[in-house]
Amino acid sequence: MIKIVNLGMNHETAPVELRECLAREPGNTSAALASMRKLQSIREGLFISTCNRVEALYTSEDPEEAKKSVISLLSDLGGMPEHAFSSNLYTFEDTEAVRHIFRVASSLDSMVVGEPQILGQIKEAYYQATREKTAGVVLNRLMHRTFHVAKRVRTETGISDAAVSISYAAVELAKKIFYDLEGKRVLLIGAGEMAELAARHLLGHGVTSLRVANRTFRRAVQVAESFNGSPVSFDEIGAQLLEVDIVITSTASTQYVINYEQVKSSRRKRRNRPLFFIDIAVPRDVEPRVNDLGNVYVYDIDDLKGVVAINIAQRKEEALKAERIVQEEVLKFEKWIKTLEVVPTIVSIREKAEAIRQAEVRRSLSGLGHLDPSQRKAIETLTLSLAEKIINDPIVVLKRKADRPTRDTYLDIARRLFKLDQENGGDE
Amino acid sequence: MAFLLFKLALFLILLAAGGFIVYIIKQQKPVYTWSYRILVAGFICHTLFLAHQYYALGTAPVLSLKSALSFFSWTIIGAYLVFQLRFKLMVLGSFIAPLAAFLMIISSSIPGMEVVVKPMYRSIWLTIHVGTIFMGNGMFAVTFVAAIMYLIQEHQIKRKRLGSFYNRLPSLETLDSINYYALMYGFPLLTVGMITGSIYAQYALGSYWRWDPKEVWSLITWLFYAALLHERVAVGWRGRRAAIMSIICFLVLIFTFIGVSLWLSDYHSFRTIEGRTGI
Repeated sequence: MIKIVNLGMNHETAPVELRECLAREPGNTSAALASMRKLQSIREGLFISTCNRVEALYTSEDPEEAKKSVISLLSDLGGMPEHAFSSNLYTFEDTEAVRHIFRVASSLDSMVVGEPQILGQIKEAYYQATREKTAGVVLNRLMHRTFHVAKRVRTETGISDAAVSISYAAVELAKKIFYDLEGKRVLLIGAGEMAELAARHLLGHGVTSLRVANRTFRRAVQVAESFNGSPVSFDEIGAQLLEVDIVITSTASTQYVINYEQVKSSRRKRRNRPLFFIDIAVPRDVEPRVNDLGNVYVYDIDDLKGVVAINIAQRKEEALKAERIVQEEVLKFEKWIKTLEVVPTIVSIREKAEAIRQAEVRRSLSGLGHLDPSQRKAIETLTLSLAEKIINDPIVVLKRKADRPTRDTYLDIARRLFKLDQENGGDE
Repeated sequence: MAFLLFKLALFLILLAAGGFIVYIIKQQKPVYTWSYRILVAGFICHTLFLAHQYYALGTAPVLSLKSALSFFSWTIIGAYLVFQLRFKLMVLGSFIAPLAAFLMIISSSIPGMEVVVKPMYRSIWLTIHVGTIFMGNGMFAVTFVAAIMYLIQEHQIKRKRLGSFYNRLPSLETLDSINYYALMYGFPLLTVGMITGSIYAQYALGSYWRWDPKEVWSLITWLFYAALLHERVAVGWRGRRAAIMSIICFLVLIFTFIGVSLWLSDYHSFRTIEGRTGI
């Protein structure tokens, strides 16, 4: 009997030093697939290797043997002894393996739940397996279901809707204000990791022009260079306010860099175009009252943290919905797997009926003398439909029993009634 | 036949409105897709009904409050469909469809009267007058709805309380431009409607302008919208202020449309309730 097995390690079971040993080489997946193909105990295989996860998904009729082989494969791949990592491995079989791969692809098992990259990585792993011809009937079906589940989770739940990092939250807010960031202008005042990250995200979302202001002009030039932006002097900020759409502030200044009057007077010249301040500095750089002005929005670090906290809570809620979808799909897949087990018996019954039919037709035809083609055809049709109708009901019953506990009994009886197992037949 | 078409349109639009409300709560795309299809089907039925009415009466079917409301509802959905093609904004339907459905319900609950179509109603000027005014009204209904959506969304972003509407509503910029474009389309329609109305009045009643309350209020409505357009284009109003102003404008318009016709007007009134009719 075929088993689906999932063996590997992720960010929860293994420390990064271990995972990077295995995920280091880009050619690893290919090497792993090649050696899996050579293994007798493994029917079909797939190898996933990302920075947070290394795992093999395979089907086998001899899971114990297969497990040993895969562990030694991992040990070769990572160049470390088996005992160094065997305690960090997890193994899932059958239903649990199906559930696991569904959860992984839906990003429920990720370090940041809901992050979207994992699905692409799994797709890539699967395409590689199909290229190297290590995926067969079961894995093909399983992986297609997996992609289907991941899609359902993404569209039916809001698991990856909301940003869970401060810089992303700022980008999302900007999109809720401006819709399209294409062609928008950003002014970055000061420097700092988080501010630069936010600027980078904005640039990644279509912002085309970035200006950088700093108390020390030389630093402004440096930062501007790294973003392909243009440096402006600190005194120009007032003039810049007339042109830009988004301002990120992150200076060490103890006084407000942007004050109420300054923004208020710029509004008319800006023709009230919306202005969005992302104030990451502590103490704050933008006077809080600026938020009271029409078409001007100020979010300081605490506001952004608040948004992120809400989003994280929301994701947790959505994850519950996602788990329900996964559960639903696991049950469906289980049903399909079970029909696989009755298929060989059904095929044997068909083959046996066909063999009998052909033998009998041959015998009768030789006794009937000369027949014209239409008569021959009539006999063929008659016998075909006879055989078909006789075996039809038993086959329907077997199919119906495919996901019932009594399945094995029915299979056994069917095999005996139709005497499908010749080698055992002698005993009776 | 006509009655059946109207009932069918009413049923489909109500169904679509229900679907759109479910959509905004549940956020499931198939719900939206089906609501949209049902709304289009309802719109087609409604169009056939109006075409039949037009053919039967020989003039625009707006001679009673009942049919005027139904025609108004039709133009609102029509305006929505135009914006849907341009902005592809699924959530807009969740606000528009209930408004259109509401007008349809009121229209269907008013008892239908035999309308006496005087020969003077059968004029192309009257048809153009009524058609453009109503299409303008449909556009203004869109500005009104977009303004409400804007205020909700703006309030959430400004107060930093990102509630359940935050994800469901589009960006401020999108809402503001819907408001703007609907105004840009609606205003010329209203203007043309008022000019053709006075031309028709010259033909039918012998003078361009008679200081009828409906005419005066129409002019006031027009001035309100003209002021909003001017502020937007020349001064650069946008966002919250423009949204509030377009809500006020729409309230004035509704008063002109229903209030004046019911209580104040002379020859523009719908006296269906007393059994008389007028335009």
